[in-house]
Formats: sequence, structure tokens, C-alpha cells
Amino acid sequence: MSALAETAAGPLLAVEDLSVRFDTDDGSVHAVDRLSFELGAGEVLAVVGESGCGKSVSFMSLLRLLPETAVVTGRAQFGGTDLLAAPLSRLRRIRGREIAFVFQEPMTSLNPSFTIGNQVGEVLRRHLGLSRAEARRRTIELLDLVRIPAPERRVREYPHQLSGGMRQRVMIAMALACDPKILIADEPTTALDVTIQAGILDLMRDIRERLGTSIVLITHNLGVVADLADRVIVMYAGRKAEEAPVHDLFARPQHPYTIGLLGAVPRPGAGAQRLREIPGRVPSLAELPAACAFAPRCPRADDLTRSQVPELREVAPGHRVACFHPGPEADA
Amino acid sequence: MSAVEATLEVVDLVKHFPVRGVGARQVVHAVDGVSFSIAPGELLGLVGESGSGKSTVANCVLRLLEPTSGSLKLKGREIAHLSRREMRPLRRELHMVFQDPYSSLDPRMSCGQIVAEPLAVQRLLPRREIDRKVDELFDQVGLRAELRHRYPHELSGGQRQRVGLARALSVSPTLLVADEPVSALDVSVQASILNLLRDLQEELGFSCLFITHDLATVEYLCDRVAVMYLGKIVELAATAELFAAPKHPYTQALLSAAAVPDPEVQRSRTRVVLEGDIPSPIDPPSGCRFRTRCPLEPRSAPASHETEPPLLDVGGGHHVACHLVAAGEAPTVADTAAAAS
Repeated sequence: MSALAETAAGPLLAVEDLSVRFDTDDGSVHAVDRLSFELGAGEVLAVVGESGCGKSVSFMSLLRLLPETAVVTGRAQFGGTDLLAAPLSRLRRIRGREIAFVFQEPMTSLNPSFTIGNQVGEVLRRHLGLSRAEARRRTIELLDLVRIPAPERRVREYPHQLSGGMRQRVMIAMALACDPKILIADEPTTALDVTIQAGILDLMRDIRERLGTSIVLITHNLGVVADLADRVIVMYAGRKAEEAPVHDLFARPQHPYTIGLLGAVPRPGAGAQRLREIPGRVPSLAELPAACAFAPRCPRADDLTRSQVPELREVAPGHRVACFHPGPEADA
Repeated sequence: MSAVEATLEVVDLVKHFPVRGVGARQVVHAVDGVSFSIAPGELLGLVGESGSGKSTVANCVLRLLEPTSGSLKLKGREIAHLSRREMRPLRRELHMVFQDPYSSLDPRMSCGQIVAEPLAVQRLLPRREIDRKVDELFDQVGLRAELRHRYPHELSGGQRQRVGLARALSVSPTLLVADEPVSALDVSVQASILNLLRDLQEELGFSCLFITHDLATVEYLCDRVAVMYLGKIVELAATAELFAAPKHPYTQALLSAAAVPDPEVQRSRTRVVLEGDIPSPIDPPSGCRFRTRCPLEPRSAPASHETEPPLLDVGGGHHVACHLVAAGEAPTVADTAAAAS
């Protein structure tokens, strides 16, 4: 929460009008459409949405990790640098060192033929120029930081000797190797069992508190969001549908899609209370309409919704929603 | 429940897999003595984390695998060691829905053919009537009739899972085995499939073995729940009872670890984080299999190291396999978590 004071000094990362388009043989696919957001120092920002909503692509585009078929426009200010315009040499110094990524699949993100020590050490030697011995020592410290038991022994082991939860801890250790300002975690717990997931969430909370790292949590799991996030962005079909502080979003969702999403998951304790269904399907991004993308599935849709793209408007401090008819469910 | 003949009765089911290519002869103890029954029209949830053996149980029940030992009775008939040929007529009693609607439907068949196939194989209806039945099934699972002529790749995940469900229900099975049927789907689509499954069950009255790792789904859908850990059932009870008063330390940990989609609730809960990982099923711990990760192990030792706790009825059909519970204690792992922090 010490983050709040620093946020006043200006955001750590400010993204404005980010659009990502893929030109394919079958025409253009609009993966992200004019996305703007800010990330404060020490803040945990959750980006929520279903597959294909553009949540992962947005953040990969910021570090220019997308293939060349991607056309990325917009601005992304990070400490005086526009990530989208900076030369690649500058970007290489930011990737991994100042902004680090943790991916979903701990099973496939590690190279099976190198030891854990080798792989974490490589990051340290390459980015920070540490010697072999220094890198080994720092690796053990990092494994200890992410609470891997017996790190002196683990550095000599290969990925297959570690469980999924332990591998994800190694990935987080690698991401933290250079003490980054921002950690982008893309579905960090999705491939893990619930009892292991809880440990990873505790670890990320701990990292934020001890190191002050800002965390972007990309996920579809609302339970994970409720656990860790300070602020939430809900994305739908490449656009931001709603953005709010976490308590506000869960207590007073305004966008019918957010309301639908919150009602669609069975809740512990709710028993057999019928789940809310969102009719229809997530639209194809190739045919993204010049209208509200959620309109075909929305109970509040009308002529206005079907003919114009709703702009974001503020309904409460920090709570923005892109809907012509926002409001709690009773209005529906 | 004993008055009515159970749809499925599983007694002491064991499935071991030999490990190849290792010097010493080793076996994976995937399922190690599991017993439960499913009454007509009952939905039983089988919950566990990866490696607990829940899918192996499903595959044995479906007789996609032959059990190493134990008994499987489908409507009173022993099926544990029937041959493929002997199983064939029973296939109409027993059908399945798989996790991945992308790989479980034949890409070279139209959706109509996929749904019609079990009817044709079982010769349940003349050809002309099959057509009508398929229309009826499409309607029942909420698919437009014109999708009959489409191929699986043209459908969304939710639609494909509906095709899988229509196929499974085509032969009016007595028992439906559903192995993680919604975990590959988007959240907004999961709800509609779960609602559909519940509606169809009420309408058609089949029994269901529902395999999942997600406790909230079980609470939503099932009448009773069995919790598995490392090849054993550790707790089995009516859903409301299990969620209100979980007795086994593992069940308690599992319930406390599941993240609740409500920040007020989630952030005020005491969470029990289990130490270590699930042990290897090649060499499971002696005595109680959960003892290596159990926060209450100091209290249950040495009994938990020496003997395996039997699954005992502690009243009202609530079964627990724990030495502490058997000794009349009411173990709560939340206390140890609070004390430790």
C-alpha cells in the first residue's frame, strides 16, 4: 500500500491508444483496439478476460515480443522511454531487466537439458555481467527468495526433477533475477493445482511487499483476481470494457459483461443457485464491429449499442466503463 | 440406499501400472483400493488434484482400462474383467463426456454423424428413426438443427461440448461419466454447459460420475462428493455436509486453498498452504498417505506412519479416512495455520 504515495508522482507505465493488428491472408485481425491504462509503482493490476480478448497480446506487444505480422500502434511510456518507438538495443536492456515476464506453462518454459542453476545463472550473467561463481551464489539466494527448499541442491537439478509448482517458482526467480520494476505474470497459476496455486499467490504478494515490484496479473480466474489485485481491467474482444479498484469492481460491477462473468462462476457457499449464462460466443476478432462488441450477447443492447462503439466514461473515482447503459443488474 | 440396487458399485478398486525400463520392477499405484457407489439418478463428484487417480477411476469404470483387482458392478452385474466383446452390449448403459472437445470428436465426421454413431453401432433404432432422434438430441442440448451438417472445427468449444453431450446421451445411458467436461471452456461458456448438464439430468434421470478438480463446480452440481488423494478416497459425504463441515485435513486444506471470487471474503480467510508436493505414486508413504503433507501429522503420529486409516462412517453417511477423526478428535488445520503465523 506504500505504492499509493508513489503513484501520485506519476505512473510507472503509461500506455495510450495501444492497438495491435495482425495482417493475415484472410484479412486483418484486430487483437487489441485503442487500449489505454496506467500502472503505478508497487501496484498489482489484474487484466481479466476470456481467450482471445487480447489480454496477453497487449503485454507481449509492449515488449515487442510479437511476430512481424503484428502491426502495433500507440504509445507506452516507461521511465522516459516509449517502448513502442525505442530502438531494439534500448528495448533489450529493458526486457528481463526492468520488465520481466512469467508465462503460463512452467512445464515447457524451462529448457529440459540445462540445470536450474544454469538457466537462472544465465540471466544473471547475461544481464548483469556476473561471474560464474557470483551467479551461482545469487541463484541460490533467488531460489531461497521464492521459497524453494534446499536451494543448494536444487541448482544442480534438471527441470524434470521438479514439480509444477517448483518449476513455476523457478520461473518467478528468473524473472526477479535483475530486480525488475514490473513483473508481468501471464496466467501464472492456471496450470497448477489449487493447493499449489495458493502458495504461488502468497509468494507474489510477498514479492510485492518486500521488493515493491509492480505486478501485472493476466488471468481469467476471478478468484485469483480477488486474492491479489489492487485494480482490475476487464477486456472483451480487444477493448477495455471496465476498469475499477478491485473491491469496487466485485461489489458494484457496471458493465453487463462483467456482471455476467461474475455470475457465471460457481461460488463456494452458494450451493446450487443457478449459474448465469452469457448467451452466444466470444466474437471473432476478424469481424470486430464498429459497435459495442458485446451487443450480440447483451440483454441491454439497443440501436445505439449496435451502431456505435461506446467510449469509456467514469462512473465513480477510478471506475470507468465502456457501455451505453452501465449500472448494476437491477437496471437490466 | 441399500434398498435400491445401485447403478454403480465400486468395491476395493485397484489399478497399478508397471513402470517400464527401470531396473527394479516398480509399479505406479494410481488407484489403491477405492470403494463407492452411485444410486439411480445420483450425481457423485470425484474431486482431486493432478495425480490423485480420479481419471484412472473413471477409465476403469468405463472399462477403457481393466482394473488390477476389485469389483465394478453396473446395475448389479460384475464388469471388472469382461472382454471387449462382452462389454459391447453394456456400452449403451455407460457413456462418457471428455475434457477436451477439440480432440474428442472425429474431425472427419459431421456433427450429425458423430451423434448418430452410437445409435447405429448399438442398432437401437432403424435408420429412418435415427435421423429423427438426432434432431431431437440437437434440440435437447440446445444446438440449431442446421449444425448437423457442420464439422467439429466449424463449431465453438461450447458447441462442441454440446455435441459430445448429445452423443453421450443418444443411447440413453444409465450412467454418464464426465471427466472435467468444462475445464477446457471459457468461463462464460462453462456456466451454460453446467446448467445444461443439470437440466438434462433432472429431465432424463441418469446417474453421473463427475470428475473434476474444481470444488465450486461440485458444490453446484453434485449430490455427494468423494475427495481423492494419491489413489485413495480420504473423505466422502453429501455435498452440503462436506462443504459445511469438512473433516479430513486434506479436504479442509483443499477448501481453504480454492480462491473465492470475492475480494472481501477471499482476503479475510485463513488459508492453509500445504508444504511440499504430492508424493510419488510409485512409492507412496506408509500408513496414511497424506501424512507427509499433513499439518496435523505430529498429533497423528505414530499411528499415521504405521497403519493406513480406513474410510469410516462417522455418522449420516459421512466417511472419513483419518486416524484423528477415528480417535474421536475433530481436527482443524485452520488452527495450526493461525498458530503458525
